[in-house]
Amino acid sequence: MAYEVNGQTVEHDEEGYITNLSDWTPELAEVIAKAEDIEMDDERWEVVNFLREYYDEYQIAPAVRVLIKSVKKTMGPEKGNNKYMYELFPYGPAKQACKIAGLPKPTGCV
Amino acid sequence: MADGDTQIPKLDDPLQVPCIKPGSMDGLQPFLAGPEHQEKLGFPGQLVPDWKERTLAKMKEMAEKNRAFQVYLDICVKCGACTDKCHYFLGTADPKNMPVARQDLLRSVYRRYFTFAGKYFPWLVGARDLTEDVLKEWYSYYHQCSECRRCSVFCPYGIDTAEITMAARDILAEVGMGQKYANEIIGKVHDVGNNLGLNPKALTATLEDLEEDIEDDTGVSVRLPIDEKGADILLVTPSADFFAEPHIDGLIGYAKVFHQAGVSWTLSSYASEAANFGLFIGNYENMRLVSQRIRKAAKDLGVKRIIFGECGHAWRVAYSYLNTLAGPWDFLDPNYPVPQHILEFTWGEIQKGTLKLDKSKNDHLTLTYHDSCNVARASRMGETPGGQFEIPRNVIKAVCNNYVDMDPDTIHESTLCCGGGGGLLTDDLMDLRVKGASPRMTALQQVTESHGVTHMAAICAICKTQFSKVMPKYGYDMDSVVSVHQLVSNAIILDGQETEEDATA
Repeated sequence: MAYEVNGQTVEHDEEGYITNLSDWTPELAEVIAKAEDIEMDDERWEVVNFLREYYDEYQIAPAVRVLIKSVKKTMGPEKGNNKYMYELFPYGPAKQACKIAGLPKPTGCV
Repeated sequence: MADGDTQIPKLDDPLQVPCIKPGSMDGLQPFLAGPEHQEKLGFPGQLVPDWKERTLAKMKEMAEKNRAFQVYLDICVKCGACTDKCHYFLGTADPKNMPVARQDLLRSVYRRYFTFAGKYFPWLVGARDLTEDVLKEWYSYYHQCSECRRCSVFCPYGIDTAEITMAARDILAEVGMGQKYANEIIGKVHDVGNNLGLNPKALTATLEDLEEDIEDDTGVSVRLPIDEKGADILLVTPSADFFAEPHIDGLIGYAKVFHQAGVSWTLSSYASEAANFGLFIGNYENMRLVSQRIRKAAKDLGVKRIIFGECGHAWRVAYSYLNTLAGPWDFLDPNYPVPQHILEFTWGEIQKGTLKLDKSKNDHLTLTYHDSCNVARASRMGETPGGQFEIPRNVIKAVCNNYVDMDPDTIHESTLCCGGGGGLLTDDLMDLRVKGASPRMTALQQVTESHGVTHMAAICAICKTQFSKVMPKYGYDMDSVVSVHQLVSNAIILDGQETEEDATA
């Protein structure tokens, strides 16, 4: 199970999360997004970049509420809500956006 | 193989019995745990070569050590009372999802090797040989049971079907076929202290963020303390309360209640999880290790009381087993229940009159309440029988004007599972989750049509996540499921809180 990026293969698990987090590149994000039927645009990149920055600091993805708060600040209140996040990432901002951002899957009752 | 039909079942009635579709869910299975998730829990990394001998040895050990297991396997008379009681059978129509048929997948093997008739006349008594295909069948169908125990309510012999599912999963994990979702999570609890893998730094940052939010909303500084030695109360809550929607709104509700009640409390980063998936996989040792974290945190922090947040199976483990798993609790204040449920606490404060509540803040909602299976059928709240049904409803009615119950055959002890409990809340079982939710969703649709119900409240992290994922398939917004303490949070007026009247004055 692997993604193909610029002739390189990047291993992923059964659900499409990359196995080695340091393999992530912006090009890979585009490839993962495509596999998820998502076209990356500025807003989606905004979310993915925020997730990666948060992960760099805390080694875990942020709570959905924290993500939404940040989106509200950068994109405005009409986009800073859960519904809009699901428009961007139909399978959920936590799981699908994390997958594209190259972060581990959030586990538990979430 | 499963028939690939992923249609959402349309039921005229929540408990409508479907025409059977043999094999319709055959072969459906969650991902197997890899070696790293198996070995951390003390299980072999993959299917062991002597799986047959080890399976039978484990069954023998279970029958000897656990009299209930043996009795449940021996006593079923196939009366059929349970056949149409399982939400997964109602939603999938696969006859192997009838509780009696599911149990028989294991019972048939038990008969073959451990009963006189089965050893000599297997064809007469429905006994069969243990083969690798049987193991695979177990793995599939014992992961199509959420251990919700609705069927057990209707069994005239009182067979606890969930015990059979737990035993089967325990056997499977012991021969190398554990489930990835549950085992990865238990491993994270052992390593980090919670299902999410949320480390203390991230947890502290999240709590600070919530404190900011509450102050922005209300003008009142409400704390969400963590690792504070000497606090009176240790709150143990599911880690989903730190992460997911609408769980986190419930956490804000607990904080407001504690604040207004004037008690000192703390969370623990070491025991930052109420959930105990050791129960789901039927493994006592893992369940014990997870529970021991709560004991250590309570001792280290020097608390006098322990309160559990909104988590269904956590309350079962806490209410029914915590003393055996992690007791004795003689260092806690005996004037309070050990442990106590957050709803018992909040209901107590409402009765004392310490909370100022404005019900009209929830007037935009018409509520119903989903009894979580483990709270309804495996625990209690308060001092009187049935308190686990009444106290959550009392609290909701104290903070909301519009409340309606669903069909009486689908609530209280007959409550339907959300469809995602018992370790099945994983994306790889989404088809099963959607179908298994159909009886509950049908009961909800009925009260939406008859009484205009807009939202359903729940007190279980799994129920909340499951419903927010599957409700859109049934025509509801994902935020149509709410935390009970989210409703409390909406209605509570904190001392010094800026109200709309203040703002316009």
